[in-house]
Amino acid sequence: MSNIKIIHRLLLSLVLVCVLPVLAQAQELIAGQSFGDDNEITVTFARPVDKAAVEEVGNYAVYEEPDPDIRLAVQSVSLADDGLTASVRFAEPLNTTQPHVVIINNIEPAGAAKFKVSKSYFGYLLSILISALLINNFVFTKYLGLCVFFGTSKRKDTAKGMGFTFTLVMVVSAIMSWFFYQYVLKPFDLNFLQIVIFIGLVSLTVQAVDTVLRKVNPALFNSFGVYLVLVIANCVIIAVPLILADNEYNFLETFMLSLGAGGGFLLALYLMSSVRERMEFANVPKTFKGVPIAFIVAGQFALAFLGFSGLSLF
Amino acid sequence: MATDKSNLQLVVNGILNENPIFRLVLSMCPAVGISTTVMNGFMLGVAVLFVQVFSSCTIAVFKNKIHPRIRIPTYTLTIATWVTVIDLVLAAYLPEAYAKMGIFIKLIVAFAIITMRLEMFACKESVNASFWDGIGMGLGFMVGMMAIGFIRELLGLGTILGYDILGFKPLLFFVLPFAGFFCVGLMMAFFNWIEIVYKRSKQRA
Repeated sequence: MSNIKIIHRLLLSLVLVCVLPVLAQAQELIAGQSFGDDNEITVTFARPVDKAAVEEVGNYAVYEEPDPDIRLAVQSVSLADDGLTASVRFAEPLNTTQPHVVIINNIEPAGAAKFKVSKSYFGYLLSILISALLINNFVFTKYLGLCVFFGTSKRKDTAKGMGFTFTLVMVVSAIMSWFFYQYVLKPFDLNFLQIVIFIGLVSLTVQAVDTVLRKVNPALFNSFGVYLVLVIANCVIIAVPLILADNEYNFLETFMLSLGAGGGFLLALYLMSSVRERMEFANVPKTFKGVPIAFIVAGQFALAFLGFSGLSLF
Repeated sequence: MATDKSNLQLVVNGILNENPIFRLVLSMCPAVGISTTVMNGFMLGVAVLFVQVFSSCTIAVFKNKIHPRIRIPTYTLTIATWVTVIDLVLAAYLPEAYAKMGIFIKLIVAFAIITMRLEMFACKESVNASFWDGIGMGLGFMVGMMAIGFIRELLGLGTILGYDILGFKPLLFFVLPFAGFFCVGLMMAFFNWIEIVYKRSKQRA
């Protein structure tokens, strides 16, 4: 019963989070707001306002939504010539992943104007996906899942099969782990059982996919079945549930992270297998043949993936 | 089926002939990820040694009671239990080292080496032999990790176990995270080279 309530509340909060930017815009005086540069918030007013009141730094109170006690220092405020657009500059760069609450005092007869600035939630979700896929690629920048990575990256076909199987199991098991973590481990204070529960769920998923695939699509099973066992030996599959438990991700974020982790693994495998197929025809020194040269190549890929750090699209 | 090797042979086998990192090429994630210093390698080595020995013994004790079809999930859950134990112990008594290891202690549960030893060895052999095999594999892993850590710490920071040896930093490159790949690759190539040279000298003799 209480679980249903929790799910209702969850859905409601999800809807709220998606609608909030719209709600905030519906306020009277403030027509629009957004993050500008690293340390800037841009506010658009619906009607001309008093320049002196807007540009008075003391009138502002800004904080990140989770910590109302930590006020951010406003450095300067400048109103554009049209009298409608104000740019609020801060002493330090803002953490734009968090919604910010801005309160402007003494700006109109009615008193203070309070509004919230946040990034679009879908942009945030996409940034989780891209981060797991490229910026924090689990193979090349977190160094996880290497055993399976080196074992199955000799042929493109193998790489594709392993990558797809892994992505499927990853998404299913991460979502199951999320449910278990939120509704069993957390309420009953069983966090010390994380490892046992998560690896158990992975084994369960692998067994379930194995059984279902065998009955439903034997042809597919023949080509992908062999990789299922290897999935368990992959650190990424257990790292993702642990990370999402640490970060308290919600359902959609969990989905995006697991999809990114699986996709990133597929990408890494495919890139690596393409190189290794060509390397067979190359004249590699005898001492480097096989695994050693694969490590060197992986190191170069890791260097290349370093170039993605700092990439931010949303 | 009992092994005909003595306890000492089992241990040496784990360190040299079947070294988990350089010979079996298993458990590469920690070897690349956190082998930046000798101390890191040692700490993770101790954790793996603990988990390997205790899971090997547990499986060896209960080997006749485990149905062959569910043996892999059984192994996984056994390992997970022992990993939880070492995870909580380290978090309680060595919080600093634990913080450096980060997620890798928990990830021991997915290290291929432990499952493989249970499947290949502990489920067939006596408790005594499994114990010594576990010790050998754990030590082999620890030695491998410490060897990589030694090279990376010496070349990257000029220190060993935090003590300044060289007085300067020859190649900072080696402590950067991605250098793990290069370091392991070069070390493997080096061992291959030794093997080739050894074989050649034998042929000549």
